[in-house]
Amino acid sequence: MKMPVEFQLNGESVAVEVEPRLTLADCIRHELLQTGTHVGCEHGVCGACTIIVDGEAVRSCLMLAVQAAGKAIMTIEGLAIEEALSPLQQSFRRNHGLQCGFCTPGFLMTAHALLTQEPHADEERIREVLSGNVCRCTGYLSIVKAVLDARSAYQ
Amino acid sequence: MKMPQFDYARPASLEEAVRLLAANEGAKLLSGGQSLLPLLAFRMAHPTLLVDIEGLGGMDEISLTPEGLRVGARVRWCQIEKDDRLATLHPLFQFMINHVAHYQIRNRGTVGGSLAHADPAAEMPGVALVCGCDIIVVGSSGMRVIKAAHFFVAALETALQPDEIITEIHFPTWPRGRRWAFHEFARRKGDFAMAGVAVFFDLNDEKRVVDAHIGVIGAADTPIRLGAVEQLLNGQRLEEELIGVAARLAAQEVDPNSDIHATADYRRALVGTLTARALRNAGLRDGELK
Repeated sequence: MKMPVEFQLNGESVAVEVEPRLTLADCIRHELLQTGTHVGCEHGVCGACTIIVDGEAVRSCLMLAVQAAGKAIMTIEGLAIEEALSPLQQSFRRNHGLQCGFCTPGFLMTAHALLTQEPHADEERIREVLSGNVCRCTGYLSIVKAVLDARSAYQ
Repeated sequence: MKMPQFDYARPASLEEAVRLLAANEGAKLLSGGQSLLPLLAFRMAHPTLLVDIEGLGGMDEISLTPEGLRVGARVRWCQIEKDDRLATLHPLFQFMINHVAHYQIRNRGTVGGSLAHADPAAEMPGVALVCGCDIIVVGSSGMRVIKAAHFFVAALETALQPDEIITEIHFPTWPRGRRWAFHEFARRKGDFAMAGVAVFFDLNDEKRVVDAHIGVIGAADTPIRLGAVEQLLNGQRLEEELIGVAARLAAQEVDPNSDIHATADYRRALVGTLTARALRNAGLRDGELK
């Protein structure tokens, strides 16, 4: 049976009626039509679907939409400033932190949550945190570089 | 995969949560969801109802009592990671977090959830067992205390009744100067361990091992303690020769399964290697032992 759920998505109130079994990732993509959040493994291993819930990075495939009630959710669509790229996104572009781009929203949301909480995170900490996200293209070096390079924008 | 169908309830109190679990056969408790939701995504579980206790509040504090450390069942990994007190109050418990899943999962996964899920390769059940924790649960017939040694029954199976909810876990006091180490091996950092070994012991005035505890994860249906190795170590000085004997005995004492991640022989050898590493690391701390 469908249930009503209300939460904040990128600063705006949204209301949906969803089956309890719907993941938050699928809710964001299929009900709210924000397809920037990518779904890779659907069981919490790849990190592609990472979003920010009440300021903390979480895997949106490991949260039900009904669990999001009353929470403030930020997805990749909330990161860009108007039409311009955020400093983190610019750093990914500058440092070639992406190739095919499928995993990129997950990396960006993970790095954004980290640098917002820990703007002085060192390389070891950044690598530790990014270990929860899988990228098959870059070999990670350029992603780590991009996150290191973006720190000044959060300090 | 998309999850199977289930109903969803958000009780207003712990009592209501217990009532919902008792009244609905096939109901499952949902807390952080970081173990349950993957099971649902694989359709390995088919609950009729999820009872979500995230909104209840409470059960989310770590506090020190004269008997030891009380950890609420809703305490998340990220809280343990950030709690500076634990570096002295329970360094093993805090250090273990380095091996628990990843950043995003640590923001939602809970201590109680990991215990109730009882994955044989998970760190929290292993640490609860080796530390001799008490697990506090409430159900229709009231509160009871389950010793960690009696809690883990089989893979993903615990002594919890269907209507029981873990509320708290108690760690015995951790004396200052206790020697400890935790080593595990996984192909990718944060993944489930192929095997892991937790070691702690105290040293008497003669620098002899007292009260040795060796816990192993990923090498049986449940976390286990290696009684024979503990016996071997007690009363001895921790020298390299003894560590070698202990490692061989540890490898003999476990009877692991083969699976897609590792063969039984590999796991047995790994337990030996990790035991040696952990004993060496624990013994060398402070550089007091050679």
